[in-house]
Order: sequence, then structure tokens, then C-alpha cells
Amino acid sequence: MSYMDYVRTFKLPHSWCPGCGIGTIMQAIVRAFDALGWRNEDIAFITGIGCSGRMSTYINTNSMHTTHGRPLAFATGVKLARPDKHVVVVSGDGDALAIGGNHFIHAARRNIDIKLIIINNSVYGMTGGQVSPTTPQMFRTQTTPYGNIEPNFDVVKLAIAAGATFVARESVTRPRNLEKVIEKSFLHKGFSVVEAISNCHINLGRRNKLKDQITMLRWINDRIIPMNVAKRKSPEEIKDKIILGVFHEDKEREEYTQLYEKLVERVRGSK
Amino acid sequence: MKRVVMPGNETVAHAAVAAGCRFYAGYPITPSSELAAEMSKLLPKVGGKFIQMEDEIASMAAAIGASVAGYKAMTATSGPGFSLKQEHIGLACMMEVPVVIVNVMRGGPSTGLPTHPAQGDVMQARWGTHGDHPIIALAPAFPTEIYMETIRAFNLAERFRNPVILLLDEILAHTYEVVDIPEPEEIELVERKLPPSGLNRLDFYTYQRKEGDPPLLPNFFQGYNFHFESLAHDEMGFPTTDPEKVAYISRLREAKIEKHREEIWKNDEYMLEDAEIVIFAYGSVARSAKEAINRLRSEGIKVGLFRPITLWPFPHQPLRKAVGERKVLVAEMNLGQMVYEVERALRRDVFTLFKADGTPISPVEFMDKIKGELI
Repeated sequence: MSYMDYVRTFKLPHSWCPGCGIGTIMQAIVRAFDALGWRNEDIAFITGIGCSGRMSTYINTNSMHTTHGRPLAFATGVKLARPDKHVVVVSGDGDALAIGGNHFIHAARRNIDIKLIIINNSVYGMTGGQVSPTTPQMFRTQTTPYGNIEPNFDVVKLAIAAGATFVARESVTRPRNLEKVIEKSFLHKGFSVVEAISNCHINLGRRNKLKDQITMLRWINDRIIPMNVAKRKSPEEIKDKIILGVFHEDKEREEYTQLYEKLVERVRGSK
Repeated sequence: MKRVVMPGNETVAHAAVAAGCRFYAGYPITPSSELAAEMSKLLPKVGGKFIQMEDEIASMAAAIGASVAGYKAMTATSGPGFSLKQEHIGLACMMEVPVVIVNVMRGGPSTGLPTHPAQGDVMQARWGTHGDHPIIALAPAFPTEIYMETIRAFNLAERFRNPVILLLDEILAHTYEVVDIPEPEEIELVERKLPPSGLNRLDFYTYQRKEGDPPLLPNFFQGYNFHFESLAHDEMGFPTTDPEKVAYISRLREAKIEKHREEIWKNDEYMLEDAEIVIFAYGSVARSAKEAINRLRSEGIKVGLFRPITLWPFPHQPLRKAVGERKVLVAEMNLGQMVYEVERALRRDVFTLFKADGTPISPVEFMDKIKGELI
């Protein structure tokens, strides 16, 4: 299996805006598949709605483009049906944390072996740039013309609190690190969450003096800080920073479909 | 044959397992909860999968996910949950994924009357999800029929690659009755047709087919790397906005049910031949009607029953043929829903007996109505 076997090249060019971080993330995912040598026919790749949702069209695996916020619920059915296969979900910040927030915390609670990558571009891009649960405060969006007054979710803390057993954050400005952390999450047995910080200069940036991708990527780059560097800083120094790295890895907790198989054995054995 | 006493909810669960259902995802809701409880008991014993999801929407999604992965899958709910599931019922129609949805009808709208029967969701079963879509809905009325129609629901879902809705109501779901369970070898099961291995994936125009046929889609992990798409899609399953392609796939989607209506339709007639008055009723209401017919006939009033078991697609032609020019009384546990289809089929006004207060229509109410207005 080679790198290009994971891409539906005949569906290109893609529908994303020039300079969007989503391409970097898609490449990191494909590289991780390739590095692990997973057969594409053993992978189910499931997405919701939004810019992130379109990725299932381009990834050459078993794929499903579902409804807004619910890819994890579909993926739960697929994984429980076929625990022997790899199930990967790509979701956006609006998809995973707003309309799909319930499925997110419950998939984490179950610790079902689904690999979730949240593309966090802090905005609803496809619908024209409305405020999302991760839009920075005071940012202007189509629906917060006077600035966003709502606080935002910390995806990492939310995932850990809900019970995810692998939780990491990376940025499109560090593609190699992103690829490595996605690869690591793919190897984890349990519910994994990788938050990929991305740029939407078109529908978020242009309303906030970050209107081209270079300016916006620089803005992201200035705010990120790797975990090992952050550890040496004072809380004051990292107050507004986005810390990157693997925050949580629990290899002890049992995975849901394994627990289910044990239940079946127990029930059938007791007949 | 085995004779068992159980309530409708449990009958559906046992029939589903007999039909080959090995995946259930659900969410607790009165009056359907016992169905999930029974599935949670039965499925692990046969190596099947049961999961209680975080909400109604998720349970519909999980069932579809499992179906795509090759399982016969089911979910069950009642009114409010049926409302929540609608978006994903549409998705299953769009992607042409087999799945069975049981809706144990209770009083509505909103939270309504959770512990009381109704038939207020029959139009929602047809048009609940947005957009044009094909649907099959079955409404059994008797215990053994519930068993057999559950099996038929799975067979139709797999045969036509479409969601099939099984409509019960609180009375049928909760009343303990005698069910005649056939031996496994007496049950005819339909398995979905799958494409053979080894076809060139890129040349595989899966949604293209002879008009009237269901599509020949692969399951996940069958080696096709097939794409299931909720957007309007082309013959290969990829998103398109090309009006010709959108219309083409949409027409094929409708045609697979439309062209096989006769195979899907199922009606029951009772004392219809010499009847001067025809009652149109379905589900538990039809049982009251039968009792009323018996009593009225003992008084010399000739009444008969036309009872559709398949509600959707609606049996326009069979109804027209069976009824002719006779007087018709449509009775429903709602404020008038299927009556519109009946009038459309007969192209005339009919008499009506509607009730939506959480109590069943009694035989006496039928008799009073008929004696008071129809003769």
C-alpha cells in the first residue's frame, strides 16, 4: 500500500479554500495511515458536516459523510459491529463540540476505540463564519458583529474529564509533529482525541485583521507553545498560550468493544 | 410452532432476533422501553450487539452505522424519540441503508401522553424527515401478526435497502397476549444482495441500476472502499449538484418502492363481501372495529372491515377496488390523518370517527357512530 492509495485522486481538486489548514491535516492523516501500513479497506473514515466533513470524499477508504455533529454516533455503530477494524472520525469544532457535544463526551466516557481528530479552526467556516464554541473572546464573526462575549471550550480538558484515554493537541504550523501525534493516537487502544489547531483566514481571519493565510498562521504560531517549553515558564507567561503535546495517555483502562466481547463470553458461558 | 404469552414489545424483540437482527441501539422511552430491555437480554446470547446510546439521534445513527458494517440493525422509540430520529431516517433513505425503526405510538404532540395509546404518527412515518424520500411503514394489529410483520420489516429493509418503520401503539406494546411463534425453518428470511468481490472499484457505478431495482451496494470492509454520502450524490455515491444526476438518482430511489408496491402492500379484509358499510381502520383500532362488526351483524347491520397492514406505500388501488361505492367510515386514534389518503384514493368524502384523548375507540363507539350517522 502506498501513500497515494489512501487518496481518491479522481475527486481532486478539493473544495477547500486556498491556504486552508485542512489540507495539512489531511496529509498528516494519510501519512499516518501510510506509516502504519494500515490496509485502506480495513479503515472506516467517518465525518460530519462542515469543511471537515468533506474529507471523507477524498480519503480512499470505506467512508461515510454523515449528519452535522453525529459522526461519532455512526462510528460507534460501525466499531461495535466490527471491533477488528480501524474507525477514524474527523470533525470540526462546531461539529464535535456544539451540535455533537453529547456524542463527544459519551464516546469518551465509553472509551470506545475510535480515533477522533478535531479540526479546530475556531469558526463555522462552511456556513460563512459564525461564532463557534472555540472562537476566541471578542473576535468578530458573522453572528458576533460586535465581538464574541462567550467563553470557549478547552477541548483537551473536556476530553480528559469525559474519559478519553489519549488526548493531544497539535497545530497545522507544525505538520511533522501533527503527523507523529496522529500516528501515536492511531496506535492507542481506546478513545483518542487529537485537537488540530487550524486556520480559517477566509471566514474568521478577514473579520479579525488576519485576512491571509500567512498572517493567520503567524498569529497561530505566536500563540502555540510546546508542552516541554511551557513547563519551564511561569503561569503568567503561558496564560494566553495554546499548549501543544500529548496531555493524557491511559493504557490501563479497558476499551469498550473488548469489554462488550467479554460480556458476551460471560453470558454465553453461563447458559 | 410454539405458543407463548408476551406483550407486543417483547414479541418484536423475539421476532427481530429470529429475523437475523444482531444489532440494537436505543434510548429509553415509554412505552417502548421493554423492547430495548428484551433486546439487551437476547442479543448477547446470540453474539449480537446491544448498546444504549446517549440519545435518540445517536441510537438511530449507531443502527445505521452497524447496518453499513453488514448487520441487520434495529432501533425502537416512541413519539418524541421518533421526532428526534427523523434526520437520520432521511439519511438512511438517502444512502439507501437497510434499517428497522419501531415506533410505539403514544399520545402527542410533545411529551403528550406517554402511557396512553395513539395513532398520531402515521403521517410523520411517511413525511417526518425532510425532503422527498421513499418509505415503508407497517402497522400490525394482532400478536402473531406483530411477530410476522417484524420479520417482514427486516426482509423488506434488506430487500429494498430502505428504512422500514414498524408502527405499534401502547395497547399492542403492553398487552400480554398469546403469540404463535413459527419454527425457524418455517420463516423465510431475506438477506441483502452484495456485489461480488474483485470488481474494479473506480468503475463501480453502485447507485446506477435498472429503474425499480434497489442498488447493489457493498458493505463496509468488503474491499470496495465505498463512500456513503448524505449529500445528493451521483451514480458512484459522490456529492453532486448536477440537476440531471440529482434527478436521476432521486428517481431511482423512489422507483424501487413504487415499482414494487404490490409486493409490499398487505391488507386484511373482514366480512367485507356483503357489507353495506366499510370500516377503514388499522392497528389496535381495527380490533375494536372487528368486535363492533360482530355485534352489529347480530343486529342485522351489514358492516365489514378494510384493514391495511402496510400503511406506506398507501394501498390506493386495493382500497378503491375493495370498497367500491359503499359507505366508508374511517376510524383512527388521532384527529384525522390517514383519512386524507382514503379520500384521495376514493375521490370522495367519507364518514369519520376520530379520538385523540389517550383512550382507545371502543366497539360501542363504533356501533353508536354507525347507527347514529351511517344508517
